[in-house]
Amino acid sequence: MSRESVVTSRRAALKCLAFGGAGTLFALAGGVFTPIDLAVAAADRTGAASLGKPLFVQISDSHIGFNKEANPDVVGTLNRSIDAVNALPEAPALVIHTGDITHLSKPAEFDLAQQLFSRLHTAEMHSVPGEHDTTDPTVTEYFNRFGKASGNKGYYSFDHAGVHFVALVNVLQFKPGGLGTLGAEQLAWVAADLKGRSSSTPIVVFAHMPLWTIYEPWGWGTGDAPQLLEQLRRFGSVTVLNGHIHQIVQKVEGNVTFHTARSTAYPQPVAGVGGGPGPLKVPAEQLPSMLGVTSVSVVKHPSGLRLSDTTIAEGGMA
Amino acid sequence: MSLRELLLPYLSALLLAALTPCVSHAGVTSAASTIVIAKDFMFGPTALTVAAGSTVTWTNKDDEPHTVVSDSGLFRSAALDTNESFSVRFDKPGTYRYACSIHPRMVGTIVVQ
Repeated sequence: MSRESVVTSRRAALKCLAFGGAGTLFALAGGVFTPIDLAVAAADRTGAASLGKPLFVQISDSHIGFNKEANPDVVGTLNRSIDAVNALPEAPALVIHTGDITHLSKPAEFDLAQQLFSRLHTAEMHSVPGEHDTTDPTVTEYFNRFGKASGNKGYYSFDHAGVHFVALVNVLQFKPGGLGTLGAEQLAWVAADLKGRSSSTPIVVFAHMPLWTIYEPWGWGTGDAPQLLEQLRRFGSVTVLNGHIHQIVQKVEGNVTFHTARSTAYPQPVAGVGGGPGPLKVPAEQLPSMLGVTSVSVVKHPSGLRLSDTTIAEGGMA
Repeated sequence: MSLRELLLPYLSALLLAALTPCVSHAGVTSAASTIVIAKDFMFGPTALTVAAGSTVTWTNKDDEPHTVVSDSGLFRSAALDTNESFSVRFDKPGTYRYACSIHPRMVGTIVVQ
């Protein structure tokens, strides 16, 4: 199922319900982000234009290397997600991948993923690692490819279109029995990075694991995220984007909008349903409606960013 | 009779005495190799006791990959895909805690006697 902070039309909303998820496009409207369903954006040019200026697209959990029953063709579904992005009326300036690019951190999986991403119509791609990207013994495969921007730390920030983006890593300092961790060093870096920035600067924070606790028994959260959110509180528009749970969960708390993206590979069960957070097997014809991307665009009224989620089922219609 | 021949029975007895504790230890567990299964996001058995010198093998029976990473940093597997295994030989007595780094709530303990 797709969700939009600002529902563009009943028809579009129903279409989302019917076809489910490919990605989210994020638009910035007067400083506030709004996610837009990609299929809607691609299929309805007038509607898409009214959604604001396309800012970036979030892709997540591609799990290249996965080949089990839940989706024997993760390359095919990533390609369909890329097609949905490329079908946007206006190419997004940025694409953000929120981790689990690969399934087993294997060099061949990373190489194939990079080859597929090269087809994206976008100027820049940014990423953060997921726990599936960092299981190689030396934890170097991800960083050799994507670590340059951060001096191999994995966390970094940049500015685009007046928006300050903060990329964080919460999958490296795992604690047995625990949630994701940012760690004191990274939290200190964030404090220094945000210091002196105007509170009217729109902030986008992205990391792989949810930065709020969705379901602790499955580790769906980040233990020290409250210390991060404390630092973000003074900003007028904060958008927190995560992956990891392979489904959309959204929450608004004050000026902070939390949003998790669909996977491009396979869905996972709703929190607490079944034995654990593993691949959810669904009938083949239903699968495309559960995979997708998120887009964000800038909207002027109300001011902010608009998030929109698109399934590859919809993307295929465009 | 050479000195070696004189000493041989004595040396043999010493050797036997040295070996005996190992033999009886091996008797504590029926096999020197033990299997832990990762299934439904749990290690089973969660706690396992083995004799020193035993090899423990973890096998992943889930569709989701798991890792075996010791809390102390002593051992660390790569991501184990479905039906893949990882083995560690435990020579020193002690308690070894481990977890799956992909799903940190999956934890287990090996007690080596």
